[in-house]
Amino acid sequence: MKPDISTKVGPIELERPTMLASGILGISLEVFSRLYKDGAGALVTKSLSKEPWDGYPNPTIIGVKAGYLNAIGLSNPGAQYFAKMIESNKTVPIIVSLVGSIEEDFTFMIKQFENVKILGYELNLSCPHVEKVGLEVGDDPNLVRKIVKSIKSHSKVPIIAKVGLGSSDYLETVRAACESGIDAITAINTVRAMGIDVETTRPLLSNKIGGLSGSAIKPIAVRCVYEISSKFDIPIIGCGGVSNWEDAVEFILAGASAVQIGSAIGEKWTDIFSEINNGISKYMEKKGFSNINEMIGIAKKF
Amino acid sequence: MQRNSNRPLVVKIEKIIEETPTVRTLVFSDEIFSSVLPGQFAMVWIPGVNELPMSVMITLEKGKGAFTVRKHGLASTELYNLKVGDYIGMRGPYGNSFTIKQGKLLLVGGGTGLVPLVRLLTFLKKTDEVTILIGAKTKEEVFFEKLANQLLENNKHQVIVVTEDGTYGKSGLVTEEMEKLLYEKKFDAIYTCGPEKMMHKVVQLAHTKKLHVQASLERMMKCGMGICGSCCMGEVLVCKDGTVFDGEYLLSNKEFGFTHRNKAGILENY
Repeated sequence: MKPDISTKVGPIELERPTMLASGILGISLEVFSRLYKDGAGALVTKSLSKEPWDGYPNPTIIGVKAGYLNAIGLSNPGAQYFAKMIESNKTVPIIVSLVGSIEEDFTFMIKQFENVKILGYELNLSCPHVEKVGLEVGDDPNLVRKIVKSIKSHSKVPIIAKVGLGSSDYLETVRAACESGIDAITAINTVRAMGIDVETTRPLLSNKIGGLSGSAIKPIAVRCVYEISSKFDIPIIGCGGVSNWEDAVEFILAGASAVQIGSAIGEKWTDIFSEINNGISKYMEKKGFSNINEMIGIAKKF
Repeated sequence: MQRNSNRPLVVKIEKIIEETPTVRTLVFSDEIFSSVLPGQFAMVWIPGVNELPMSVMITLEKGKGAFTVRKHGLASTELYNLKVGDYIGMRGPYGNSFTIKQGKLLLVGGGTGLVPLVRLLTFLKKTDEVTILIGAKTKEEVFFEKLANQLLENNKHQVIVVTEDGTYGKSGLVTEEMEKLLYEKKFDAIYTCGPEKMMHKVVQLAHTKKLHVQASLERMMKCGMGICGSCCMGEVLVCKDGTVFDGEYLLSNKEFGFTHRNKAGILENY
């Protein structure tokens, strides 16, 4: 019998364990539909803010060894515009990523999606390159508590918190989110980083500092998933440098119920979802796993 | 060491060619960017200013590439104002390219949209019969006419310039001239690049005659390599699925010719 690659991230059910990571390709419903057809189990939108944001001037993304540096600056059309754009959605499993500074930002945005079909929200508590949002919120466990509690009381759909490596212990952010009723954790975001051009002696990104993504950060992300899964009873989505099925399986063995894919789309394009899904399925067949749940976190027994 | 095409390659500008009072071609040395395919582009870094998607211009010298820039917005004006010896960076080349057919070919270009079409000319066979329509607002904005004639000297060819104010060549819109040509002559393929409204008309005209047509498009771009999503047009990403699309597909895309997204990702009308 063919292994079952559907998975559950807490209350969120996915046909396939490969999701589109936030920030990647996510600004039109048509692109989401295409990626869903190409095998993605769910699509996480770009992080939406209360107002539209232009983001930083270019250069906003450049390639480095084994990954990318980016400081896009959270460009997005704003929650209101986006909600209207996807209001006709019937079939595509969309998770809306939200970014803000205070509780009111989030409750305003959630109101916009009241009548839109979505799977849940992912709170961006970890963007490393924009002031007053992202990591600056995630680094403050008390603020995380307030925001998560407030959203939980307003939202009809599950809430995921996306955490990253900031200046405080990220496990305290996870603890604050878990104690406030979060449904799942996505780990991790990009890692603060920069690059300098030696010819012009200038920083490469217009914002100078950005976030590192891609294969370069995968072992860090696997470690975080393993740590969270060892310390907390919370469903986890692994994110950071997944570029083939072995990477995805590694995250699942560390404790993830699903994975998100971002940077690798740049090289393998939209075929990557079905490629990884098929690889996971073949691995499960070979190893005698009948469903994803049997594999989650089994590396912890050693 | 293997080159990382996603990290800016920094070169010095070696020569500047004045094309018109508002258009310049900046020449530099690099083997890879001297031989890209027609339709491919680079993300051009103007250090300290911005980074822009630009089609790569040919030069008549081996091992050299170029960018032809019109001063228009802030970043393109800064690029235009650079001097010989200044640095620019470039990532890529990115994107697909025109499918090169043989026979009677019609090329329709407007402004700096001529860049990929001029490159296309360097890929043609001696047996191809080529008509190139160059559109401009006025006489002093016409460029690449001489270059096109020079590149096509061994082909049966015709270079037709059309100015909107009639101060040079034929008078009117380049697409009006194209419409006349389609009644007089038969073509095997049509290629276009320029303002999107112009390309939309070219594609429609070609479609009514059931002719193979391809257009090279431009959108707001940030990464240029299929990651950020800024350049999406319906379900396609112009940087990765394009820049070149078949006319038949374009007519089925409800954004082509009508809307594009701004920096925040909000649709705006052309």
